[in-house]
Amino acid sequence: MTSDNPKIRIENATKVFTVLEREDTETGRRKKGKVVKSTLTALKNVNMTVMPREVVLVIGPSGSGKSTLLRCINRLEDLTSGSISIDDTCVTDPKVDIRLVREEAGMVFQSFNLFLHLSTLDNVALAPIVVKKIEKRKARSMAKKLLARVGLEDKVESYPSQLSGGQQQRVAIARALAMNPKVMLFDEPTSALDPEMIKEVLDVMLSLAEEGMTMLVVSHEMGFAKAAANRVIFMDEGEIVEEGPPKELFESPETKRAKRFLEHIL
Amino acid sequence: MPRERIPTSDATLIPQKGEREIFSAWKIAFFGAIAILIFLVVYKPDPYKDIILFLPDGILKTFQVTVLSIMLAMVIGILAGLGRVSRIRFINRAATVYVEVIRGIPLLVQIFYIYYALGRIVRIPDITSAIIAMAVCYGAYLGEIVRAGIQSIPKGQMEAALALGLSRGKAMQYIILPQTLKVVLPPIGNEFIALLKDSSLVSILAVSDLLRRGREFAAHTFEYFETYTVVALIYLILTLFFSWLVGLMEVRLNRDVR
Repeated sequence: MTSDNPKIRIENATKVFTVLEREDTETGRRKKGKVVKSTLTALKNVNMTVMPREVVLVIGPSGSGKSTLLRCINRLEDLTSGSISIDDTCVTDPKVDIRLVREEAGMVFQSFNLFLHLSTLDNVALAPIVVKKIEKRKARSMAKKLLARVGLEDKVESYPSQLSGGQQQRVAIARALAMNPKVMLFDEPTSALDPEMIKEVLDVMLSLAEEGMTMLVVSHEMGFAKAAANRVIFMDEGEIVEEGPPKELFESPETKRAKRFLEHIL
Repeated sequence: MPRERIPTSDATLIPQKGEREIFSAWKIAFFGAIAILIFLVVYKPDPYKDIILFLPDGILKTFQVTVLSIMLAMVIGILAGLGRVSRIRFINRAATVYVEVIRGIPLLVQIFYIYYALGRIVRIPDITSAIIAMAVCYGAYLGEIVRAGIQSIPKGQMEAALALGLSRGKAMQYIILPQTLKVVLPPIGNEFIALLKDSSLVSILAVSDLLRRGREFAAHTFEYFETYTVVALIYLILTLFFSWLVGLMEVRLNRDVR
């Protein structure tokens, strides 16, 4: 591993969701007017670092806090306690400008979330124009290049509804890259795709990894893990249970929980 | 993704391509009204021809009041809708109180209130106060439509915009509102039709709209039956025509890339 400072540093990250319910938890019966606070701990004291140019895969059963972890890094959710820094900026510091944080961490969602009313080109060019105030023509030509990079130069004028899932996700990756992020966060990028489309998205992600992008990927794609991941982290119930190189973790997991989980997905 | 056509307005009563019935309800009503009107004028020019010639000024006034009111109501409605989804508590409450209060008072009372009650403090010309009253009232209804429209946009759109570094305001402006507009256009068209009908209420403020002109004519000639028949037919033709337009709009928006 490289010896320079970590790209992402997560320290004692804890996230507790508070759910307000009009229900008595003991009897399970509805009580009028009495609001019961119930809490759900999504992250428990998570400590981890991601080095520059490193590709880290996060796996774990649903509800284990993987997505919450990603969403806390670019502040779509706020941590309850602990801290996260990208490079040397503490992103969880309330004084820091959230927008700058989000420019530095590109995010790709499971459900693509392309802007449905905009063409592919405008989807990619919008944020540079609006946020970075880049001249329209310049932003558009840059967007064209990015779309070519993900193999969609012929879909520039298309709208999201005219694209397949795989193509939409590639546009989403191009859109995130347009802001020139320092790290890329992928939240189950292939979970909503048909098997044949998964490959085209993974190929784009692989080429990104080869170019040296720092990536944190929530995914269960073993092929991608073996080809590109430097490290795999297994999470369960908000905690990091086990981590290690992909080969070791997949083939000889140390903990029971990881073993049981891997039996299910392999 | 191909979407099923979602009926959001009365326009579903209007025949679409592929379901061309010769005698649909809309066609019977619309062409029937026109036919009756023509028949009356041709068959019995006295008094129907005089009535027809007397009314166009009123139609124009009705249009003027309706169009100006709906434009002002749109501005109020968008502000109220944004207020209703605002995260700032004060703005949210203010918008909600406005909507609740206005929806709970009859339009006619509001028109009286603005013209007569407030008229004691500031003198507002009759047509202006009519437009204000209608806009304030319909602003509340449109506000609820805009709110529903905003909330119908999937959450992921806002999240994606935020993740790219847009502020909430910019995300609203560039991502949420343009998509909302598409969703709310047909229901707003419906409100336009409702407002067209309700604009007849302003005739009590001596605004010489279609109904008022009819009343003036009838008061002179005592031909109440004939006059109000024509007035009703004209309102019917107007509203049916506009609901046809709303139907076209809805079909086009649903066919559109989304």
